[in-house]
Amino acid sequence: MKHSFLDRYSDLGSFVHRLDPRTKLIITFAFILAVVLTPPLRWQAFALYFAVIASLILISRVPPLYVLKRSLVIVPFVLMIVIFNMFLKPGDIVAGFNIWHWQVSITDEGLLFSWNVLIKAWLSVLSLILLSSTTEFSELLKGLEQLRMPRVMVMILSFMYRYIFLLVDEVIRMKQARDSRNFGGKRMWQLKTIGNMVGTLFLRSYERGERVYGAMVARGFDGRTRTLSNLRLSRQDLYFGVGFLLCLSLISATTFIYI
Amino acid sequence: MDKVIEIENLSFSYPDGQKVLHNVNLSIGHGETVALIGPNGAGKSTLLLHLNGILRSNGTVRILGMSLEDRNLKWVRSKVGLVFQNPDDQLFSPTVFDDVAFGPINMGYPADEVRKRVAQALEWVGMKGYEGRSPHHLSVGEKKRVAIATILSMSTEILVIDEPTANLDPRGKWELIELLKGLPVTKIVASHDLEMVEALCERTIVLDEGTVVADDSTQSIMSNTSLLESHGLATIRVKHQAPG
Repeated sequence: MKHSFLDRYSDLGSFVHRLDPRTKLIITFAFILAVVLTPPLRWQAFALYFAVIASLILISRVPPLYVLKRSLVIVPFVLMIVIFNMFLKPGDIVAGFNIWHWQVSITDEGLLFSWNVLIKAWLSVLSLILLSSTTEFSELLKGLEQLRMPRVMVMILSFMYRYIFLLVDEVIRMKQARDSRNFGGKRMWQLKTIGNMVGTLFLRSYERGERVYGAMVARGFDGRTRTLSNLRLSRQDLYFGVGFLLCLSLISATTFIYI
Repeated sequence: MDKVIEIENLSFSYPDGQKVLHNVNLSIGHGETVALIGPNGAGKSTLLLHLNGILRSNGTVRILGMSLEDRNLKWVRSKVGLVFQNPDDQLFSPTVFDDVAFGPINMGYPADEVRKRVAQALEWVGMKGYEGRSPHHLSVGEKKRVAIATILSMSTEILVIDEPTANLDPRGKWELIELLKGLPVTKIVASHDLEMVEALCERTIVLDEGTVVADDSTQSIMSNTSLLESHGLATIRVKHQAPG
């Protein structure tokens, strides 16, 4: 079965795509760090960060609508945090409602906190989407490895990327087999069936793990991972990386000048 | 003829006590292409896993005259290449290149040599130009070819393949048979695809319930219908009965 790539659009050939994955990893990390460390009231800084990331998205020719849609993944997480804090943070009351016989009120502290979480999470996730849709996953892994990320972590990520679709296929096939046999009945029974399916999936993955390990051992794997790297930092990487970091420090510096 | 594989009195049972191999004796000469046939559960795959020491048990396995021991496992694995049945188990790296390079890198070749070997192995199996692709997005036939390339790149002297034609359509199957025919190494092929065995192997070993029940030229085994039938390898004509 075919699935859309985790790294969809990563095969386009824009300037951003051609950068070395290491450059992109570093600037993404720096960007997220800068965003997170910005005081919540400096909205000008956030606007500038947004302008930076938006222009990079435009340069990369990844469809903006696609980026926007994918950035919605943060909604459930952020919403949870935002909703609770909007109402529960002590501070001056901005608005109050009566829901049934509860008195609910939104405080200014709560609003500020929510804005803080929302804008930072969103900007960060935008930069991550840009990273993952301009870099092929295998390149990303190589970049991480070259940046001295522990080998075990890189391997786990690489196995995840290799086998996640196979697992999805397996789940789809199990569901088809289940539904072909008129799955239905009482709720308890349904839950039990789903429980069995999860168990089966685990066992199959476990056995697959054994077989994959066998295939690795058969080719001389002895617990140490070694890879060949064909990454090369170009002059463009240097210019772009330095330029981007300068830009970031300028933006963050302004926030301290104005305070 | 030089013996490349010698197996003496090999028995194996799973931890739960279930016996899989029972007193297996075999020897395979240099340059031979040998089929290992038998019904499901006969112990074919288990036997193959003994050939490069992934499974070990009592009995002797000698590769190129050397008895298989802990200290020469690495050497054995550089001599005996094992292609697993399911290419999704064999191919575990994010790209085709990484997978084909895995063996040579582990064998300690320098980077240039690894690249050369990968290029040659992929050319051999007709998969040149697929280096950057993710194995997940290949067809079954392409995956099988790459899986074989992962072993060819190690230039092992013995190629052991488990069910090479499983899940392949006829065209993919015949292309694979042609590919295997052209490889100048000792080959051991486990299968129950008799068509392939006839086309590819000059010698056939029949394994059932963990014992070698026949070991002869492919021609004489294929003509022995009663042998094949009694081990579930040929269709037995059964009178059809209405169910119930």
